[in-house]
Amino acid sequence: METLIAQILNGLSLGSIYALIALGYTMVYGIIQLINFAHGEILMIGAYVGYFSVAVLGLNIYMALLLSMFVSSLVGVLIERIAYKPLRKSGRLSVLITAIGMSLLLQNGGLIVFGTDFVPFPQVIERIPYRLFGGRFVVTSHQILIFAVSILMMLLLQYIVGYTKIGMAMRAVSYDKEAASLMGINVDNVISFTFVIGSSLGAVAGVLLGLYYQTIHPLMGFMPGLKAFVAAVLGGIGVIPGAMLGGFLLGIIEALVSGYWSTTYKDPVVFVVLIVILIVKPTGLLGKNTSEKV
Amino acid sequence: MTKKQILVLSSTLFFVWFVVYMATDVWGLINSFQQVNIIWAGINVILAVSLNLVVGFTGQLALGHAGFMAVGAYTSAVLTMHFGIPYVLAILAGAVMAFFMGIVIGLPTLRLRGDYLAIATLGFGEIIRGVLVNIDYVGGAAGINGIAKITNWTWTYIFTIITVVLINNFIHSLHGKACITIRDDEVASELMGINTTYYKTLAFSMGAFFAGIAGGLYAHYFFMIQPATFALQKSFDALVMVVLGGLGSITGAVLAGLGVTFMNAALIELGAFRMVIYSVLLILVMMFRPQGLMGNKEFSARVFDRILPKRGGKDDV
Amino acid sequence: MKRIMLIAFIALLAVSLIGCSSEETSDTIKIGVNYELSGPVATYGNNTVDGIKLAIQEVNDAGGINGKMVEAVILDNKSDPAEALSVATKLIAEEQVIAHLGPATSGAALNVVPAVTDAKIPMISGSATNPDVTVDPATGETREYVFRTCFTDPPQAIVGAAFAMDNLGAKKVAIYYDNTNDYSKGLYQVFKAEIEAAGGVVVAEEGFSADDQEFRPTLTKFKDAGAELVYVPAYYEKVAKIISQARELGIDVPFLGADGWDSPDLVAIAGAAALNNTYFTNHYSSSDDAPEVADFVKAFQAAYDKTPDSFAALGYDTAKLLLAVIAETGSEDPQVITDALAATKDFPAVTGTLTFDEFHNPIKEIAIIEMVDGAQVLNTKIAPSN
Repeated sequence: METLIAQILNGLSLGSIYALIALGYTMVYGIIQLINFAHGEILMIGAYVGYFSVAVLGLNIYMALLLSMFVSSLVGVLIERIAYKPLRKSGRLSVLITAIGMSLLLQNGGLIVFGTDFVPFPQVIERIPYRLFGGRFVVTSHQILIFAVSILMMLLLQYIVGYTKIGMAMRAVSYDKEAASLMGINVDNVISFTFVIGSSLGAVAGVLLGLYYQTIHPLMGFMPGLKAFVAAVLGGIGVIPGAMLGGFLLGIIEALVSGYWSTTYKDPVVFVVLIVILIVKPTGLLGKNTSEKV
Repeated sequence: MTKKQILVLSSTLFFVWFVVYMATDVWGLINSFQQVNIIWAGINVILAVSLNLVVGFTGQLALGHAGFMAVGAYTSAVLTMHFGIPYVLAILAGAVMAFFMGIVIGLPTLRLRGDYLAIATLGFGEIIRGVLVNIDYVGGAAGINGIAKITNWTWTYIFTIITVVLINNFIHSLHGKACITIRDDEVASELMGINTTYYKTLAFSMGAFFAGIAGGLYAHYFFMIQPATFALQKSFDALVMVVLGGLGSITGAVLAGLGVTFMNAALIELGAFRMVIYSVLLILVMMFRPQGLMGNKEFSARVFDRILPKRGGKDDV
Repeated sequence: MKRIMLIAFIALLAVSLIGCSSEETSDTIKIGVNYELSGPVATYGNNTVDGIKLAIQEVNDAGGINGKMVEAVILDNKSDPAEALSVATKLIAEEQVIAHLGPATSGAALNVVPAVTDAKIPMISGSATNPDVTVDPATGETREYVFRTCFTDPPQAIVGAAFAMDNLGAKKVAIYYDNTNDYSKGLYQVFKAEIEAAGGVVVAEEGFSADDQEFRPTLTKFKDAGAELVYVPAYYEKVAKIISQARELGIDVPFLGADGWDSPDLVAIAGAAALNNTYFTNHYSSSDDAPEVADFVKAFQAAYDKTPDSFAALGYDTAKLLLAVIAETGSEDPQVITDALAATKDFPAVTGTLTFDEFHNPIKEIAIIEMVDGAQVLNTKIAPSN
C-alpha cells in the first residue's frame, strides 16, 4: 500500500509535466483542429532561451521565463504564419505533413545550432526534498512547483477561453471560421493569439522540464511532446481540463507499469492505452461526441 | 498492353538488369559505395511506392511504415538464420507476416480519421519497436547480427519491379479505384456503398506487405538489424519520399525513391544538414505544391513524353 | 506501359549518375573517420571526433608525418548501422583512405567490419565494447583488421563486481541498465553473473530506455527490494539523473558504474553532494597527474572550451595511436599498418598505457574512482585479470 501511494506520487509528478505540455497541444487543436507536431520543439526552444537567459545573460528565473515565453511565442506565430496559414484551405493531410516537417526541421536545426551535447541546466531554484510520514513518501520542491504551475495554467486558460472577449472570439473561430470573420472577428489575429498562448505554455514547460530533469537537449521535446499529445487525446483533445486529466492519468500509468512490471514496457503500454481509447471513445474521456460535418 | 509492348517492356527491364549486373560483377565499374546505394535505391523505391498506396492513393496518413519493415526484416532473418528457410521464401514469409500485422493494426485504427490515424499508426510503429527491444530471442536492443548476405542487385531489382508492377496493377483495378474514391471523399464513397473499412485495411496491409519485403531485403544486405534502425525516423523518411514524389503517383514515388537515395549519397559530406534540407523540402512542397512534385496525376506519361526527349538526349551521352 | 519503360530508363540513368565517381590521388595521408554525428547517439560521435581532430591537428602542427599532412575525411553515419556501412564503403572505395576510425557503437562497428576486412584496411574503434567486434563469435578467431582502444565489457564488470562485494561489502545489489544500449546491457550481464558466482544476490534488475528521464518509479522499487548497492552501467547524463533522483527519494546506498560515467557533466548535472558514496571503474590514468593527461586536457580545453569526456579521450588516443604507427613504420600500406598495430606495446595513451592482446583488445589497468564532493579520487587500482 505504501509503495502504491509512493508510485502514485511519482506518477503525479511526471503527469503534471505531461499535463503542462498537453495544455499547449489542446489549446491549438481546440481552436484550429491542427496537431501542432512542432509543439515539442517550441518547448525545446523555450528551454534553450531559458538556459541562455540564466547562464549567459545572468537573468533571474522569472525574467528568464518571460523572455523564453516571448521568444517561443514569436517562433510559434512565425511558424503559423509561414507554414500553416497558407494551408488553411488545403486538406488536413497537407497541414499535418507540414507540421511534421516543421518538427523535423526544428529538431535537426537545433542539433546543428545547439550541438548534440546534453547541457546541464543551472539549478536556480534549490531542490528541497520534503519527507512525509517519517520519510515514507518524498515530495520535492520542484514537483510541487510544477504541479502548482500546471493547475494554475489550466485555470488561467479556462478563464481566458471561457470568460474573456478574446476567448469568445477563439471559440467562435473554432466553431466556424467564416461565420466568425463575418461577425467582424479578425480570424488571423485570433489564431496568432492562440499560438502565442500555446507557445508560451510550451516555453514554461520547457524551462520547468530543464529545471526538473537538469539537462536540455535539441531532441528533448520530441518524446515528452508525443506523450503529452497522447495525454491530450486521452483526456479529450480540445478540452482544457481533459489535458490535465489525461496528463495525470498517463503519468500514473507509466509509474505503475514501471513500478510493478518493467520500465521497458512503459512506452508500448502508453501507446496501447492511446489506441484503446481511440477505438472505444475517440473523443477522449471528457470529450463530447460530435458528428462529422460534411 | 499489346504483345509488342510487353516484349519491349520486358526487354528494356532485362537490359537495365544486364547492364548493371555486368558493370558490377564483371566489368568492375561500380565500386562498393555505389553498390550499397543501388541496393538502397531499390529498398527506397519499394518503401515509397508501398507507402504511397496508403497515403497517396487511399489518403490515410500512416506513420508506422518502419514498423512493418521491421516485421519483415526480423521474420525473414530469423527464418533464414535459425530455420534454414530459403531466402526467397523467408522474404515472402516476412512480407506475409507484415501483411497480417497490417490487418491486425489496420482494422481497429483505420476507423479513425486523419490526425488520429497518424498518431495511432505512429504509436503502433513504436510498439513494434518497443516489443522487439524486449525479446531476447532476437537480440533485444543489440538486434540480430550475422544474417547471411544474400540480397544483391539481381534480387533487389526483381523485388522492386514486382512491387511496382503489382501496386500499379492494383491501382488500376476496381479495388484501386475504390481506394482512390475513399481518398477523394470518404463519406460520399461510403454512401455509394463502398466498404471503406475493407478497402482501407486492404490498402494498408498491402502497403505493409511490401514494406515487409523491403525489410527482408534490408536484413539480408546489411546483415544486421536492430530495433533502433526501424525507429520513427525511417517512417518519416518514407513519408518524405512519398510527398516529394507526389501523393498518388507511382512514377513520382519511384523517382523520389531514386532521387532521395541519390541525394543521400551525393550529399553525404553534409551529414546532419541533410535532414534539414529534407524537412525544408517537405514544407516547401506542401506550401507550393501540396499534391507533391509529380502531383497525383497518375497517368502522367504524357507529361513525360514532352520532357523525355530533351532530357534523355542530354543525359544519355 | 510507356510509364514503366520510362521508369526503367530513369532507373538506368540514376544508376549511371550514382555510378560516376571521382578518382584523385592526393599527397596527404587520408584517414577515414566514420562516426555518429547526428541521430540518437550523436553525443558519443561528436565528442570522439573532437578528440580525433585534436590529435590530427597536433600531428600536423608538428610537421605532419614524413613531410605529409594528415587529412581526416569525416563523415556522419547518422547513428544508423546501415548508414555506417555505406559511409565505410564511401571512405574505402571513393576516398581511398588507408585507415578507418570508428564507429562509436558496437552495432555500427559490427556492420562496418566486413567492409574493412574485404578491403584489408585497418579499423580502430574508440568505444565499441562488444567482444564480437574484434573476435568472430562463430569461429573464435581474431578479426585481423579490427582493433579497439576501449575496454571490452567483461573486465570492467568483473572488477566492479569484486569491488562491490569485497570492498563495499554489498551482498544484495540492484542493477539499472540502459536497455537500448548494448554496452550497458553487456556490463549488466557480466556483472550479474559475477555477483551471483561470488554468492551475492541480485534483488532487482531493470532496464530503462534512452528517452527516459523519470526514474523514481523504478528506484522506489529498488528501495523496497532492500538493495545495498545499485549498479548503473550507463552514460553520465542518465547516471546523474538517476543518482540525484535516488538521493531525493532517500536512497543513500552506494552507486557503482563504469567508464561511461567519466564526464565533468556528471557533477554539473547531479551536483556534488548527491554523488558522494558513488564509484565507477575507469582507465587508470584519468585521475592521474601523468603529463599526457594534463597536456591533453589543457589542449582540449583550449580548442573546444570544454572539458573532455571519456569519448573525447578515447578518440584522441585512437587517432594518436594510428598516427604513431604510421610514422613509425613510415608506410602508407594498410597491411603494414595493420601488422604494426597488432604489435602495439606500451603505447603511452591518455587512457592508460596501451598494449594489444591477441584479440586486439587493449590491456589497461582498471581504476576504481570514487566521487568525493564533486572530485574524482582514486580509490583503488586493479590489474586486468582476463
